[in-house]
Parts: sequence; structure tokens; C-alpha cells
Amino acid sequence: MSDSAEPTTWALEIDCRGMRCPAPIIELAKRHTEVSVGQLVAVVATDVAARVDVPAWCRMRGQEYVGESVADDGTPAFVVRRVS
Amino acid sequence: MSTPGYLDSASSEPLHPAARETLLAALEHGYADPRRLHGAARNARLMLDNAREVVATCLGVRPDEVTFTPSGTHAVHLGVLGLLAGRTRVSPVLAHSAVEHSSVVHAGDWHGARGGAVVELPVDLEGRCTTELPDGPLGVIAVQAANHEVGTIQPVAEIASASDAPVFMDACAAAGRVELPTGWAAAAVSAHKWGGPAGVGALLVRKGARWRHPFPGDDRIDERSLGFENVPGALAAAAALQAMTAEREELAARQHATVARIRRRVAEEVPDVEVVGSADHRLPHLVTFSCLYVDGEALVTELDRRGFGVASGSACTASTLQPSHVLAAMGVLTHGNVRVSLTRDTTEEQVDAFLDVLPGVVASIRADAGL
Repeated sequence: MSDSAEPTTWALEIDCRGMRCPAPIIELAKRHTEVSVGQLVAVVATDVAARVDVPAWCRMRGQEYVGESVADDGTPAFVVRRVS
Repeated sequence: MSTPGYLDSASSEPLHPAARETLLAALEHGYADPRRLHGAARNARLMLDNAREVVATCLGVRPDEVTFTPSGTHAVHLGVLGLLAGRTRVSPVLAHSAVEHSSVVHAGDWHGARGGAVVELPVDLEGRCTTELPDGPLGVIAVQAANHEVGTIQPVAEIASASDAPVFMDACAAAGRVELPTGWAAAAVSAHKWGGPAGVGALLVRKGARWRHPFPGDDRIDERSLGFENVPGALAAAAALQAMTAEREELAARQHATVARIRRRVAEEVPDVEVVGSADHRLPHLVTFSCLYVDGEALVTELDRRGFGVASGSACTASTLQPSHVLAAMGVLTHGNVRVSLTRDTTEEQVDAFLDVLPGVVASIRADAGL
């Protein structure tokens, strides 16, 4: 899914539109535990740094980066699976 | 001598004492047009030839392979575009590593806007460029000697031997710091990175390389140069490079060990930090790390308030508001990023003072963000 813009369903959408780095990653860190292990979280962000920093956060925190999708309005959504 | 907390030599090394003396003397005597046929001109010409000879010896090339330019960036543009101009019958494709300095990227954009093509060569997590080249003929391959942000040494010779295409090497970050690799056709260096004055770069074009002037050109002594030569600057740049080369082994060993200590202490004492780039196969004097959940601009500003001058690749610190394309290509965290680089007179005490304040600064920024 990494390179497709196919809409995916996720358990939680974190609205980070208009936020600048590192705010989207801070929101992700604070809120990803709201979903159960195995469920998906989407970080919806306009900040270009999120494209790099969401996967990097997953690597550093042992979470799974699923790929990039889009929210209903076409804003990039960076999808993470909670694995722990 | 720089301000005590100045830890940004990779942006610009303070003027080397040897360069200062030479520069002052050369400003006095090196004013004339080196092309003219009178005494003052002969003095200027002698100084320019002397500078060229010294730079050539230090960098392991022939004097007629050295062209002084008004900057490292200008040398990069001349090098990349001049090699491409010599390859128009073979291929219009410029391949460059994804972590090249912006001057190479800009030369590529310029080439692309004039009908050329550009392909990026990927790098690994440490920033090391692949040696697997794309299929099909390539015009020029541009790969740096070492990365300017994370310090990783690039496999220039391996890439050069993997292709028939000439290699352009941006050596601005590496020249004077480490021995340069072989196999390249043209290269660029920048004097203020090794303790020379700003406003002096050099283009190196190896004998036999097919290089054509990509710009209108000029009628100077050296057919590759443009505009009136900066004779005092070139001589001071040469003096600094000569001094740096003489002390390189000792300085590199000392700085390499200090950076290893910074890498270790940062990883141990700052929670949720990623120290990036190659731990061993790197430039001796610089290190980059990223702190999770930290605003890069706040970090640079807080460190500045405590007397430390460092660079950052975070988007919020860039004029473009884009994160560093180097960090992005590596896939490492781009926010909370700091690059620390040592000058030749940075002391262990200054480094310790920086390492002592860093964990507290990071913790207070995180606390402000509610973490």
C-alpha cells in the first residue's frame, strides 16, 4: 500500500492538519495506545516531514509502518499498526 | 580562534592562523591582473601559480588540473555541467546520490530544465550510496567524497569502476580532512571548509577528462575559470590547506576519537535519540543526531542561549521549511536534529560542556510539549 493512494480503514484518525514538525509525531506518541494491539492508526498531516518521521518513529519505537494513504479530503494519511 | 562554543565547522571552519598571515601579506602585494606583462602583474601571477601548485600537491593532482573558482558551489556547477557538456553524444542522464549537497541537486535541476534527465541513486540507513547503477547509458555520475550532514564516506572508487560514465565528486566536506578517493574525472572543493577564506573554491578536472565549458566562458589564464582571479584568497586558501594537510593525521585521529565519545554519550544520556550516519567509516570532525519529539528550532535556539552554535537539518530551521533531503533519503528522523562539528581548536572541555547541558535542554523542550 506504500505507494498507492487507495483509501484504507483505520480504527483511529489523528488530525494533524496544519501542525508542524514534531507536533504530528508527538500526537501519534500520545494517542496510538487508544487503539488495541493489531489495529491501525492514521496520522493525517499536511507537514511534509511526517512522510519521513512517521516511519522513523515506528522503527525507533518498534511499531509497524503500514504505508501512506489519503484521508477523505485527499490529505496524506500515514498509517501505523500498533504492535505493542 | 573561534568563539568557545562554536561547534559548526562543517558549515565553516574559522580562518586557520597560517591563512590569516598569508592573506594579510597577499592583500598587500597580490592586487594586480596576473595576465599583464609588468612587475606587479608578475607578482600576482607568481602568487596564483604558487597557490595552484600547493593545492594540487595537497589534493594529489597536477597543477594544470586545478582551477580556482569564486566558491565551492560554483566549482560544483562547473564540474557537473562541464562533464555533462562533454557527454552530450553519449547520454543526457545525470545520476547522483540522493544525499548530495544542494549545489549538485540545483545543477541537476538546471540540467533537467534544459532537456537533460536526472536519476537519484538511493542510500542505506547510514547514508551510504548504492554501487548498483541503473541500466542504460549514463552521462555523468555525481557522488560526494563524504556526506556533509552525517559524515558517511561514499564508495566513490567502487562507483567509478562500475560504469564507463565519468564521475563528478563533490569533495567540499572531505578535502583537507581525509585522503580523497580515486577514480573521479572532476571534483570540487571549498576553502572555507578547511580554514581558508570564504569566496574561494576549486574545480579539479583530471587530465584526459572530457570537460566542456557549460557557461559563456572568459579569457583568463585558466580557460575553465570566470572573472578576475581572487589571488590573495587563493593563496590564503592554499596556505590553510597546506597547514591542515600537515596536521591532518594528528587532527583527524583526535577529532575521530572525540566524535566517537560524543556519539556514545549522546546515545547513553539522551533518551529517545538516534545518532545517525556511519559510526566508523566517516569524516573525523562531525556527527548528527535526532531527538524524538523535539522541535529542531527550539533545540538550536536553546543551545545558542547557552553559548553553543550548532547546525540542524530539521525543516523548521531551514529557509525552505523542508526537512533535510539527506535525512529524508536515509529514512531517519528529521525533527529534533542537530549537527555538531569540531574546529581544529575545539577542546575536550568545550565538548564536555556541550554534552553536560544537552540532556537537560532536550528534557525541558519535551516537558514544554507535555511529554
